[in-house]
Amino acid sequence: MKNAINREIPNKIKYIGELEPFMGAWEKLKKGWMDEISVPPPNKAKLPHQKKICDTLKEAILKTNPQSGMTLTYHHHLRNGDDILVKAISILAELGIKDITLASSSLNESHDALLRYLEDGTITKIWSSGIRGELGKAISKGILKNPVVIHSHGGRVRAIHTGKIKPDLTIIPAASADEEGNATGAHGKSAFGSIGYARIDARYGKQVIVVTDNLVDYPCNPIGIRQDFVDYIVKVDSIGDPTKIASGTTRITKSPMDLRIAKLAADVIEHSGLFDEGFSFQVGAGGASLAVAKFIREKMKHKNIKGSFMLGGITSYCVEMLKEGLFKTLFDVQSFDAEVSYSLLNNKHHIEIPASLYANPFNCGCMTNKLDVVALGALEIDTDFNVNVITGSEGNIRGASGGHSDTASGAQLTVIVCPSFRGRIPIVTKKVHTVVTPGESVHVLVTERGICVNPKFPELEKRLNKAGIKTRKIEELEKEVDEIVGTAKPIKFTDKIVGLIEYRDGTIIDVIRQVAEC
Amino acid sequence: MELHRKAQAGTFESSDIMILIEPLKNKEGRKLEISSSVMLQYGDMLSELVNNILDKYEIENVHLIAKDKGALEPTIIARLETAITRALNQQKGTLL
Repeated sequence: MKNAINREIPNKIKYIGELEPFMGAWEKLKKGWMDEISVPPPNKAKLPHQKKICDTLKEAILKTNPQSGMTLTYHHHLRNGDDILVKAISILAELGIKDITLASSSLNESHDALLRYLEDGTITKIWSSGIRGELGKAISKGILKNPVVIHSHGGRVRAIHTGKIKPDLTIIPAASADEEGNATGAHGKSAFGSIGYARIDARYGKQVIVVTDNLVDYPCNPIGIRQDFVDYIVKVDSIGDPTKIASGTTRITKSPMDLRIAKLAADVIEHSGLFDEGFSFQVGAGGASLAVAKFIREKMKHKNIKGSFMLGGITSYCVEMLKEGLFKTLFDVQSFDAEVSYSLLNNKHHIEIPASLYANPFNCGCMTNKLDVVALGALEIDTDFNVNVITGSEGNIRGASGGHSDTASGAQLTVIVCPSFRGRIPIVTKKVHTVVTPGESVHVLVTERGICVNPKFPELEKRLNKAGIKTRKIEELEKEVDEIVGTAKPIKFTDKIVGLIEYRDGTIIDVIRQVAEC
Repeated sequence: MELHRKAQAGTFESSDIMILIEPLKNKEGRKLEISSSVMLQYGDMLSELVNNILDKYEIENVHLIAKDKGALEPTIIARLETAITRALNQQKGTLL
């Protein structure tokens, strides 16, 4: 069947069941409720003063009585420095557990070593917001029988509430924890800041293990993960490589092109009609997207504007802006560098939020819904303004949906910042390989070769033109790029579906097909 | 034309191409080693372009290594022609 953006979607996938095609960015929300029933989280009991501490991760895993076919959920706050997930899976494999559904909030290069467990049938299904590194390549080549499901950060919470992801075992690495399981990412030698993505896992995990390399005297404060959800605690020597988890401060790009794009984007934001006292703002963690913050910061100082809040993945750059009083509050679901952990711990206006409050579409209002402006990157964007942030130029899974579609859907102004082409690969194209964020939720594209306003928003274009900002048709830009780079030989795909792209409301917006060998 | 010496042009930067070129003895033909970060999409076009430029300079016996990092066509042509003219000892202002 075809969905609302004309992508061919299968009716059914064996292990998931019937699929619902994408109907439009806000179609399912209009009703004001969700038809799917929320499954109850597990009830548990412990005796007073019962010990939860285990000597090893293996001992804790054995106590949870793991079974083949189980679902393991996990968080990715350790980013590229993660040492625990591979260890946990190898323990399960050693115990002869097969057919695991791995539902990590994201997967990256530190998980390359999981490849052999995909090959030998230990892991057979994957839910994640992103997959990078060797796993992404192997999955794109069809290593798994079942397609992986790519969800957004907000969509993941919904998928757990509705029982699409059923966490039998949840493992939560934490930078500090106490013997009852109160845990945080904000301090400890492996501090990673906010533990926001793991909060839903803690609530729904039938068995929850907290793993830490910094066991502190009771109570561990602040309480990111609560003891009343935690079954076992394990003290290990190290949860990962601190230099890869979070280090130093995030710097603004020096790339002249990224800076040029960011400056144009800041001009667009300034004249969008939203750049006013109390405005709210989100940027990505790198490249042109983060650089937009640099120019917005200057403009806010210049015009003496004070914003309300910054949201999302928080970098030290956001912390600087909080300190300068440019924004009242930081809402932090994920912290990108060491400076952020310090701020989260010490500044009461820097607030840790769970993924649900951040971006879950099915509640009484997530914070992305309150966003005025978001600046986001793209691997590809097409003439319908659909954005791909998951598959690379060779058709391989190599990115992350993350909060892209969540924030785009919520913000009053979604600005996509990207070069028009990158190393001869066109970014502005006729049709993106994979749609993650639908064009109807994208207002404007800013590239080094011009600014294109989505024709669905003529008022915005008029406003920008009136302020002296030139705009052009995206079709024209696409043609220009094509003439510069030369038409590429199309990548060949087979019919096999290796990935489903879930929109945040649970409908299927696109599929990823297997890359053909050549 | 006959090449006189080894030469190179370009860099390993993104959006550039590195060309290394050396003369081969008579009748050894063209030995081309072409690699690219966009081989799948533009590999064929790149090989064709290299051969066309070698044709233009009538160079038959050559060992050429091209390492492309997604250079655009004008860049590729410029780097190739520079390497060739250097190898032909024809480029003015080039320090030997």
